[in-house]
Amino acid sequence: MSATPIATSRSAAGMPTGRLAVWWIVFSEIVIFGGLLASYVMHRLAHDAWSEQAAHTNTWIGAFNTFVLLTSSYFAVRGHQAAEAGDGPGAARWLWMCFAGGATFLAVKGYEWTMEISHGFTITSSTFWSFYYTAAGLHASHVIAGITIMAIIAVAAKRNENLHRVELIGIYWHFVDIVWIFLFPLLYIAK
Amino acid sequence: MIEYFLPAASTYASDIDWLFDLIFWFVGFWFVLCQGVFFWLIFRFRKKEGVPAQYISGELKTEKKWITWPHLAVLVCDVFIIYGAVKVWYDVKQNLPPAQFEIRAVAQQWAWTFQHPGPDGKLDTDDDISKINELHIAKDTLYHVHMESKDVLHNFSVPVFRLKQDVIPGRVITGWFKTNEITGEFSIQCAEICGIGHALMGARVHIETPEEHAAWIANNSSISLASAATPSVEE
Amino acid sequence: MAQPVETYDAHGHHEEQGWVSKYLFSTDHKIIAQQYMFTGMAMALIGGFFAFVFRMQLAFPGMEVPLYGMVGPNEYNALVTNHGAIMIFWVAMPVLIAAFGNFLIPLMIGCDDMVFPRVNRLSYQIFLISAVVLLASFFVPGGAFGGAWTIYPPLSAKAEYSLTALGSTIFVLAVALEFVAFLLGGINFVTTAMNSRAPGMKLYDLPMVVWMIVVASILFMASVGPLIAGAIMLLFDQNLGTGFFDPDRAGDPVLWQHLFWFFGHPEVYVVLLPALGIVAEIITVFSRKKLFAYKTVLYTTFGTGVLSFTVWAHHQFIAGVDPRMAHVFTITTLLISIPIAEMMFVYIATLYGGSITLSTPMLWALAFIAEFLIGGVTGIFLGASGADIYLHDTYFVLAHFHYTFFPIAIIGAFAGVTYWFPKMFGKMMDDRLGKLHFWGTVIPFNLIFIPLFITGIAGQHRRIYDYTSFPELAQYQDMRVLATSALLVMLSFQFVFLYNFTKSLMRGEKAPRNPWKANTLEWTAESPPPHGNWPELPTCYRPPYEYSVPGRETDYWPQDEPA
Repeated sequence: MSATPIATSRSAAGMPTGRLAVWWIVFSEIVIFGGLLASYVMHRLAHDAWSEQAAHTNTWIGAFNTFVLLTSSYFAVRGHQAAEAGDGPGAARWLWMCFAGGATFLAVKGYEWTMEISHGFTITSSTFWSFYYTAAGLHASHVIAGITIMAIIAVAAKRNENLHRVELIGIYWHFVDIVWIFLFPLLYIAK
Repeated sequence: MIEYFLPAASTYASDIDWLFDLIFWFVGFWFVLCQGVFFWLIFRFRKKEGVPAQYISGELKTEKKWITWPHLAVLVCDVFIIYGAVKVWYDVKQNLPPAQFEIRAVAQQWAWTFQHPGPDGKLDTDDDISKINELHIAKDTLYHVHMESKDVLHNFSVPVFRLKQDVIPGRVITGWFKTNEITGEFSIQCAEICGIGHALMGARVHIETPEEHAAWIANNSSISLASAATPSVEE
Repeated sequence: MAQPVETYDAHGHHEEQGWVSKYLFSTDHKIIAQQYMFTGMAMALIGGFFAFVFRMQLAFPGMEVPLYGMVGPNEYNALVTNHGAIMIFWVAMPVLIAAFGNFLIPLMIGCDDMVFPRVNRLSYQIFLISAVVLLASFFVPGGAFGGAWTIYPPLSAKAEYSLTALGSTIFVLAVALEFVAFLLGGINFVTTAMNSRAPGMKLYDLPMVVWMIVVASILFMASVGPLIAGAIMLLFDQNLGTGFFDPDRAGDPVLWQHLFWFFGHPEVYVVLLPALGIVAEIITVFSRKKLFAYKTVLYTTFGTGVLSFTVWAHHQFIAGVDPRMAHVFTITTLLISIPIAEMMFVYIATLYGGSITLSTPMLWALAFIAEFLIGGVTGIFLGASGADIYLHDTYFVLAHFHYTFFPIAIIGAFAGVTYWFPKMFGKMMDDRLGKLHFWGTVIPFNLIFIPLFITGIAGQHRRIYDYTSFPELAQYQDMRVLATSALLVMLSFQFVFLYNFTKSLMRGEKAPRNPWKANTLEWTAESPPPHGNWPELPTCYRPPYEYSVPGRETDYWPQDEPA
């Protein structure tokens, strides 16, 4: 019904509108996660007893997932390079590898949570676990949204369409990565 | 100005009233000045045939100074007000002078329970007097009040003392007040919405002379009532 | 400036659209603006009706309220709670930011639409859903939530305390959805204003209202995050049995307050700034004068935005936070009065040397300044920690924030509507009815809230449905009756506006392109502008407020006229 307006193609700020928009999205998401994590840190500092609960998180699984996400971000960077070079199918391949990384992350998390829940550590077990599941869950929902959008962009990229979006999903993905870089020490290492 | 509406029945009530008046004069001055200039300009520069408006950018120093100087004056006024605010706040909320007596105020949906020391003058002993929605204290006396909640947030507010404090479940918050020469019966209110019965959480504070107060204690202490009729309890 | 002339036809097709796709599912920023505006106006009627009901209960306690019935304590609490939430989230924000932002930004910067029209449409749809969700809370078992728009736990977190299990959850959900809608909308406003400006339009050539809406969007995006996190935590406490805010489970009710007010305070500037922007556009046009010290206004706006993040705990002075915190926050709060005072001074200075016409929009804009001044100065009493000990939770607070919010949400909105109605709808409004509506609104407004300042100083607390049972307060019942009577008068004059609006829409005099002889780019488009706004997009040659430039024939100089 509506074609892309001229407004979208202008760039008085010197940056393409898509990229500008994604940065604003990332900025507002940083404040959401920032608020949640700040609340967690304030609580944690006031409740030393939580370290008893935190001891039960599995640092190895957390570390593995960190490695998976960092690697997937590397794939996203390679995808961006391919897109810049005009290689749509190449960019799509890298994006699908990144997708696989995200899916692996989610699968590992699913396994991890199943294990923890079966040991009796549910979201209501204690406020530490409430924060744990909420923060990691909010992050995971962003991973799910990310890989979904990534799949859509990869399908179009294979046909050499909208290659500029490869960079945009990359920026979003790096953000999702960085949130995890904060979550990992807070939930797994600081015991 | 507040004292025009309500007596100042604690020692710091008049400090708070003074701060209110200080702010009133500063703020009143600016208010009258701004509104005066504002309405005068509307009248003075109303559209007149053949008289065009002036082209003023407001960027020149001669023009900007009309903003900069009042701006700085506002800052100076703010400093005075800050000084007053910090002083009064410190005195009421940060400072805790030693108590002559202690009281416990327990809030719940939807009533106040006030635990008074009994004839032995000490709180949390067997002869304490608990009353619902009634607080009995003596004039010219310094009290600590330990505030607790059994369920949600409430707020212990005694307008004639000018005192107000949120009461939080899971914590005990201690405040203080010293009554002055005023006696009588006044309102206590809950000042934090606490559910359907929030409006029903009014209580009464009875500020009594030393003789009245001693008589009240003697008549109500649970030990002396061991065999007497049940005291009246207001719901 | 050598730039190819951009035409809409070169880029897009312009097929005939059916009514449904043109109006219900439009991606055109002007239609979306109207959708927000009409939804906001409908919610204002609902919020206003709630005010009518609870003020009738206050003036005549225990009597049946016409058109409603008996008001019990739980209903009273639900009415005041939802009145507050509706007016802020579903009236002030959609009308000031989304309606005017959507309508004005592309037109004032000379482009054909927002940069992401489909995201724009989605943001309205989510907003509409949030409004429906909120209203649904009145029809669920247990009724609507009644724990104040601030939703403090434990009252809001546990059904055993609020007695509105479903209503509490729905309320939080509605607010969260509204936040998502405005986050999405904000992306469009900021990106479009930054990137899609007309050739030649530098940042200092932007009309002030565009800057204000952009800064407001940024403020919103930067402040709402922690509250979204908090809302998720509260929803989990309500429905999953977590204990984030439950002191029995190592949670902290005061954490919610911090998360809420960290957003809540910048939020008042989120709504103030667009209103200030609207007022700037109007006072410049109707005094035929440049805005005094444009750059100062701009930098003051940025400063206010930054400072607004440092004052939040003045809402929590007596909330049980560390008393030493109060000193920090009383200082920051009193200091923020300085940039706001500066804005007031600058606006008043803009009138100096002007040639002032008291048109209906100008009356509203001037009333904004006079009334907001009262709101501003009464805030000082509350920002001073020592005085707030007494004034917290009294009607003094209520009168203060109505003297700020009413100018913002109602006076500012009427100013904008009466000013841009000709451009939006291609018809002129009836000026006599406009003036009648103006006086019938502003005079009663003062008669509602001045009595409430008085009862507040006398110690009357908020959110209580009947004061006649409090001995020291019963004597002020005539103040309450006065306030309610004034409200009834004010509400009846709103019918004048509704009649004027509808009559003008249907039978108003056809509006010329530039009835007010203004400079900004929206007045160079047709009234109303077509899809795509101009057949040829304009170029900008000068700043927006070049009025009464010496030596020129006309006293205005449109931005798109070549030098």
